[in-house]
Amino acid sequence: MQRFVLIAVPYAWLLALFLVPFIIVLKISLSDIELSIPPYTPTLDDGIVPFFKALDFENFAFLASDDLYWKAYLSSLKIALLSTFLTLLVGYPMAYGMARAPEEWRPTLMMLVILPFWTSFLIRVYAWMGILSQEGFLNQFLLWTGLIGEPLTILNTNTAVYIGIVYTYLPFMILPIYAALDRLDGSLIEAAEDLGCSRMQAFWLVTIPLSKNGIIAGSFLVFIPALGEFVIPSLLGGSGTLMIGKVLWEEFFNNRDWPVASAVAVILLLILIIPIVLFQRNQQKQAEADQ
Amino acid sequence: MNRLSWFNVTSLTIGFAFLYLPMVILVAYSFNESKLVTVWAGFSTKWYGELLQNEAFLDAAWVTIKVAVLSSTLATVLGTMAAYVLVRGGRFLGRTLFSGMIYAPLVMPEVITGLSLLLLFIGIGLDRGVLTIVLAHTTFSMCYVSVVVSSRLLSFDRSLEEAALDLGCSGFDAFRLVTLPIIAPAVIAGWLLAFTLSLDDLVIASFTAGPAATTLPIKIFSAVRLGVSPEINALSTIMIGIVTVGVIGASLISKRNALRQKRDERDAARA
Repeated sequence: MQRFVLIAVPYAWLLALFLVPFIIVLKISLSDIELSIPPYTPTLDDGIVPFFKALDFENFAFLASDDLYWKAYLSSLKIALLSTFLTLLVGYPMAYGMARAPEEWRPTLMMLVILPFWTSFLIRVYAWMGILSQEGFLNQFLLWTGLIGEPLTILNTNTAVYIGIVYTYLPFMILPIYAALDRLDGSLIEAAEDLGCSRMQAFWLVTIPLSKNGIIAGSFLVFIPALGEFVIPSLLGGSGTLMIGKVLWEEFFNNRDWPVASAVAVILLLILIIPIVLFQRNQQKQAEADQ
Repeated sequence: MNRLSWFNVTSLTIGFAFLYLPMVILVAYSFNESKLVTVWAGFSTKWYGELLQNEAFLDAAWVTIKVAVLSSTLATVLGTMAAYVLVRGGRFLGRTLFSGMIYAPLVMPEVITGLSLLLLFIGIGLDRGVLTIVLAHTTFSMCYVSVVVSSRLLSFDRSLEEAALDLGCSGFDAFRLVTLPIIAPAVIAGWLLAFTLSLDDLVIASFTAGPAATTLPIKIFSAVRLGVSPEINALSTIMIGIVTVGVIGASLISKRNALRQKRDERDAARA
């Protein structure tokens, strides 16, 4: 009896507030546009067969025919991939430096990496608005040093979006790589150097392969949320920045087209399933390797 | 081996400068006299004064705290139950679906979670307000709680629980008297994580909050869209300050506990 309650309560909660809502999205994405103007309530009043007959794919056909959506999906993928790579470029040397630091510094360095993670995401993105704007801190600094003669336009471009993603997701990249490097046995590198490797060779042939799992985990942790990102493109990006999270938001709140917004969501999820499955497989392999 | 080369020092310095300079600049400019955020016109705390008179922000802050306390507490209870079921529950019908539903919200894009919950609330005719935000936040943060708690449950010795059961504890007593104290640090960490996730959330709250209730991130977002403003700088500084004090305090406490534990173990070994 106790066991039943223990299982049933969280189970029922997730069914009602996670699975059912998702089925509603799926249903609305498959319904006619006129039928589902808000407030729209899916019902089974007409019976099961007419319910399924009423489903159609016209929203998906609409998405396929309008190249705005294609471009948004592709440019989200591009932005997410490139910014994951940039985050890796910034994060790896930091994780490496942390793992090489004296033992007693490491908890402090670790806390310095985690601290921004606890501070509001929105505020960290906002901080860059003041830095990147025309008369912002960065431009003032560059003008003052004489490196540029005219203020650069960075805010409201894709460059600002890249900076924003790298900045806010950096801890997600550093922590798994640091965990992998921290576990790495230093004598392996010494052995490689004894056997005639230069430091660079030892790094490429020993350190990088042994931290592979951390790199993979960190990259997924950045890539997956970056793909559906909404806050960063809407604050730092411009009108030319197409990201699917932003498109979904506008479709829903500005155009009030619920069926199309739902269809956009369903396709985004389909795109995400591949990286999510790969990520889980990697996590599982890592867990098995640890045992 | 553990010597920092110039390369490591440089990458750490540049990296941490990148992480912290934006926040330092934000904090510094919150004390700027000028309304123009980029021109320094002398030290002043007037924006803090104006912020404290801005009732819209204070109301939103109050709603945010209420939502965060309620949802993180609910999420901790549900998430701990879910973790216990997953680690100790054995086989039951629909276990795969259950564990799938625990992990899926962690990777689900916020826009999709928000959209689907809004459609549900409209579907069942629930008016949007504090209640709907709490329901939404509880759902996604219980998953984080259960991940944190289940890793702790996995790593501790099951025989302790079995011993309690053998000695005549009921199942619930064994949980209350043996399991819960052992997993308490993870439960507390889970609550804190759920609390900050709720404080921080903009996207899901925007979908599930009606006109009746606005949270602080929603207010900040709509203010920030119009551009940078010194009042928001002041507000951000307050939030950064609270988090910094909280995190440093928590880490000092855990460090002291670790030291005490080490000393106790040493004393026990000597005795």
